[in-house]
Amino acid sequence: MADAVLTAAGVEDREAAIASRRRLISRIVIYGLLGLISIIYIVPFLVVFLNSFRTNEEIGQLGLISLPRSFRLDAWPTAWSDFCIGGQCDGVARYFWNSVAMVIPATIISTALGAINGYILSKWKFPGSEIVFGFMLLGVFMPGQIALLPWAFTLGQLGLANSVYGLILVHCIQGLSFTTLFFRNYYVSVPDDLLKAARIDGAGFWRIFWKIMIPLSPPIIIVTVIWQFTGIWNEYLFGVVLNSGSNQPITAALVALSMSGTSVRTYDVMSAAVLIGALPPLLVYFFGGKYFVRGLTQGAIK
Amino acid sequence: MAMTGQSVSTGTSTWDRIKKWTPIFIIAPSIVASFVYVFVFAGWTFYISLSDSTLLPSYGFKGLENYISLWTNRRWSVAYTNLLYFSLFYVTISMAFGLLLAILIDQRIRAESFWRTIFLYPLAVSFIATGTVWQWLYNPSSGIQFLVNAMGWTDFQFALTSDRKNAIWAIIITGIWGSAGFSMALFLAGLRSVDPDIIKAAQIDGAGWFRTYRKVVLPTIGPIFIAVAVVLLQFAIKTFDLAVALTNSGPGISTTFPATYVYDFMFQRGEIGEGAAAAMMVLAALAIVLVPYSLYLVWRKRREANNG
Repeated sequence: MADAVLTAAGVEDREAAIASRRRLISRIVIYGLLGLISIIYIVPFLVVFLNSFRTNEEIGQLGLISLPRSFRLDAWPTAWSDFCIGGQCDGVARYFWNSVAMVIPATIISTALGAINGYILSKWKFPGSEIVFGFMLLGVFMPGQIALLPWAFTLGQLGLANSVYGLILVHCIQGLSFTTLFFRNYYVSVPDDLLKAARIDGAGFWRIFWKIMIPLSPPIIIVTVIWQFTGIWNEYLFGVVLNSGSNQPITAALVALSMSGTSVRTYDVMSAAVLIGALPPLLVYFFGGKYFVRGLTQGAIK
Repeated sequence: MAMTGQSVSTGTSTWDRIKKWTPIFIIAPSIVASFVYVFVFAGWTFYISLSDSTLLPSYGFKGLENYISLWTNRRWSVAYTNLLYFSLFYVTISMAFGLLLAILIDQRIRAESFWRTIFLYPLAVSFIATGTVWQWLYNPSSGIQFLVNAMGWTDFQFALTSDRKNAIWAIIITGIWGSAGFSMALFLAGLRSVDPDIIKAAQIDGAGWFRTYRKVVLPTIGPIFIAVAVVLLQFAIKTFDLAVALTNSGPGISTTFPATYVYDFMFQRGEIGEGAAAAMMVLAALAIVLVPYSLYLVWRKRREANNG
């Protein structure tokens, strides 16, 4: 009897040992794979980051991918205000501010319009409102190429050609479909009874919007603002087609910068310039990551 | 109006009627803007594609000539062949890679959000910035090839962007790097929505880790596979920024894409009519992907409704 109990326990022990070893191996495989893959993801960022502090001579000798042997900050102010892009030698600052001047109003306006449209299309339905929502949705899928010539012509007629205001208008209308979609889908889940009660208390269209809907909206507002901000900041096609020279946004300037590469490439300054251009959306991502991902998955699966 | 039911009858003064119309007045400008944007702009571009426009828009009718000239242009055949080739590898590898990442992250790992942050950050960065940096990495005299050569393997060659035949792989690899995190995020959301009891039941039945995924988990998230594929295909059809930043359609014309073709013909060569025809083809390609997908979504919704 005692023997039998002992061996049973022994078998269990051995099984437990095998199981825990197997678990250990699978953990090693999992973390090993994650670690390897994350190297592929981190290296490009690290390369740009570190090279913005190395001297160009050192990059030339040791290549882009190597540990820094020098450290200096010169590349940053040069990229910001001295570097030549397409004949203009005042750095990326001007283009950076163009993007700022474009992205802030365009994000605010398109988000506000999306909120109101979403509110109407979910809570104040009218005959045909579903059809309206349907063709606003189509705007989500429209390729920019289709709209290039009409926009160029329309902006010309409005006197907004080659200006930041023109791009603001383009991005507001371009973004309208997305922002309306986000808010409409969010507001659909707000119970109608809540609004009925408010109506019986005499609240009208705007009062319900400000007193009931907006207080419920911070999550979707953050999602939408992040989505619009990163999308508009990173947009290139409209920026390069509709604007030229010193009115272009930062994405177009970065392309002009890397194309205008003369015989010797100044990787140090270009690294700093790329980072300056990528910094605003990256900051938004690091501080609002959760909402960024939510927007991504919601934007994808309507 | 959904909620006006009980209150409409209480007053018929002008003020009430105005109030009733408030929402429609407010949304009207957005409706007009969207309508113009979606229908008028698309119709306009379509008309230009049938016109004799060259450097400037002109409205002499030319029929399908631009389309014929487009489809007989060797450059266009390079463009759509590239798109098909790119779509095939970019979509499948991004999905496989994203699924692998999602499964790895789903194993109750430590510091999950740290890992997710790493794999998703490329999505916050523009393809212009990403493409610029990868272009440097592909540069044989300073990037990856230089590194490997310096480490001792002096025969190693890796010069995708200057190689006509393989330059498209530079775009495929960078595209996957930029989008795999996206398919990871969608797959992870799907994996998290699978009922844990089903997984437990499978494990009690003695199914191993691999079998559990293959037979139990993945079949239940089938719709996510389709959604991810559709979104990635959309990205592929719209590929423009990456091709510009990485190879600028080169070497020669070897990495021309439909979207870069449009830009090139409209704004570099002054062939607006043919550029517009190419733009209509981009729209058609999107429709080929999205119309069946929307029908599928409607069908699925109906089936769910029928099954209670």
